Amino acid sequence: MSATLTPRPLSQPAGHRAARHGLFSLGLARIGFEIKLYFRSTDTVFFTFLFPFIMLGIFTAAFSAQGNIGTDPDGSGGISVGAYYLPGMLAAGMLLSGLQNLAIDIAGEKGDGTLKRLGGTPLSPLSYFIGKIGQVLVTGILQAVLLLIVARFVFDIALPTEPEKWVTFAWVFLLGVITCAFLGIALSALPRSGRSASAVVIPIVLVLQFISGVYLQFNALPEWMQNVAGLFPLKWMAQGMRAVFLPEGFAAQEQNGAWELGLVAIALLIWLVVGLVGSRLTFRWIRKDA
Amino acid sequence: MTTSPPAVRVSRLSKSYGPFDAVNDISFDIGPGETFALLGPNGAGKSSTIEILEGYRDRSEGDVTVLGEDPQHAGLDWKARIGIVLQSSGESGNATVLEQLRHFASLYPDPRPVEEVLAAVGLEEKAKTRIHRLSGGQQRRVDVALGIIGRPELLFLDEPTTGFDPEARHQFWDLIRTLKSEGTTILLTTHNLDEAAELSDRAGIIVGGKLIDIGAIDELGGPAARIPLVRWRDADGAQRETRTETPAGLVAQLARDLGSEPAELQVIRPSLEDIYLGLVRGHAAGSTSDTASTEVLA
Repeated sequence: MSATLTPRPLSQPAGHRAARHGLFSLGLARIGFEIKLYFRSTDTVFFTFLFPFIMLGIFTAAFSAQGNIGTDPDGSGGISVGAYYLPGMLAAGMLLSGLQNLAIDIAGEKGDGTLKRLGGTPLSPLSYFIGKIGQVLVTGILQAVLLLIVARFVFDIALPTEPEKWVTFAWVFLLGVITCAFLGIALSALPRSGRSASAVVIPIVLVLQFISGVYLQFNALPEWMQNVAGLFPLKWMAQGMRAVFLPEGFAAQEQNGAWELGLVAIALLIWLVVGLVGSRLTFRWIRKDA
Repeated sequence: MTTSPPAVRVSRLSKSYGPFDAVNDISFDIGPGETFALLGPNGAGKSSTIEILEGYRDRSEGDVTVLGEDPQHAGLDWKARIGIVLQSSGESGNATVLEQLRHFASLYPDPRPVEEVLAAVGLEEKAKTRIHRLSGGQQRRVDVALGIIGRPELLFLDEPTTGFDPEARHQFWDLIRTLKSEGTTILLTTHNLDEAAELSDRAGIIVGGKLIDIGAIDELGGPAARIPLVRWRDADGAQRETRTETPAGLVAQLARDLGSEPAELQVIRPSLEDIYLGLVRGHAAGSTSDTASTEVLA
């Protein structure tokens, strides 16, 4: 250590301070930092970023021999297993990138002292949130785009060509992933320690995926399970994605025989509000006076 | 000091967690540019006190002013003026030292140059190493670097040199002296009494949530606690020690009485550590008087 520090410039006495950075510009600076750390965490890259790719690969490999799904009576037509599971995997990716990622990430940062340290700096919680939401958006979009590329070129799945389908994709995706991000921030308050975060969060995420039509064909689930799934956001994200990627004929298999995109929007907006309020109410740099 | 208001003013501060009083009615001021050490055993209330001043915890009673504001309600502009080195850091540390310093520098309106801070804590060669790959002592240096990167007017150091080897500790002391010379006010807690004596102008001793002594480093415990100690082994082989203002006289007397050189003769001037231990033990024994002076053993 050489203790040579430039003293405070004489022109700038201790009482006078430069203006603080704006909340938004600090938030943008956080996004870059957050993304860098996201891709350095092996756990996150595997269990959040790559997981939908792995599951799509497994489902395609496991069930392709059983032939297409939704075939005509004579066995022709229908869509491949991969094509059928793609919307569910996209929805799962949104849930993982938003909810699972942030709930575990922030609980970990609370547990290891990162939040306490940040709480002692002039960083606003708002800028911190912008950094996290930005990280989720960038990594979530990257994940979805890669998933579509893999689906198209590795699994030879035909993608929609109609622009309105892609408009639906865009709003379902953005609304869903942002909703999941805020729900993740809110859920991060639940684990009592950073170490227990995965054990608390992953079962929730896993159960949701099973009942919401990600791993199991939604129309094959019992009515009551479909109704339970309807209380949570993943079912609506998966339904919105099916509306984009499955042929129109599949709408008849939905619970009410239609894609119900209006209901998808309403359900996700309600959960967005729940996430926003939950984040606002539960987020603390440290557990004060615990 | 100067006539400007104190950097830190603590008045009748109390903090309880349920029925447990962690901090019990303590008061002290820290002047601008002063280095003040808060000493005391583990669990005495040092960290509770410092975390109240840092704005992390709410107080139960009393008044606290830090850089002119109540930390419980102070905003981001206030946080830009303080620097905090927390007691423990266990960050997973996937960022490199340089990335972490650059990022934290970007949070402050008037940061120190990153390369300069890197050099000041002796981590130039580790700049591109991820923090979790550093040794415990090196990670602690990162903590210190992050605490000073924002060019704080007031720096909190909660046991800053834990895990430092002796050389690193001395280098750290040099760094703190530089910050002092620049006018930084420093609140330090430490278990290393040499460190407190080296760095601080004044110190307060907290035991059981109470401030049992406060004063300039060379006045702690009162004059009586500084009375030199003469220790020797008498003719029967028993160890004897006694406090006296005139150790040379006592030693001469002993030599005359014994007619020979007293065995294992020592004249000891109490160190800060001796005085501190005397105060803490005296308090633990339930005595409220100045106990260090009465510690004469047979």
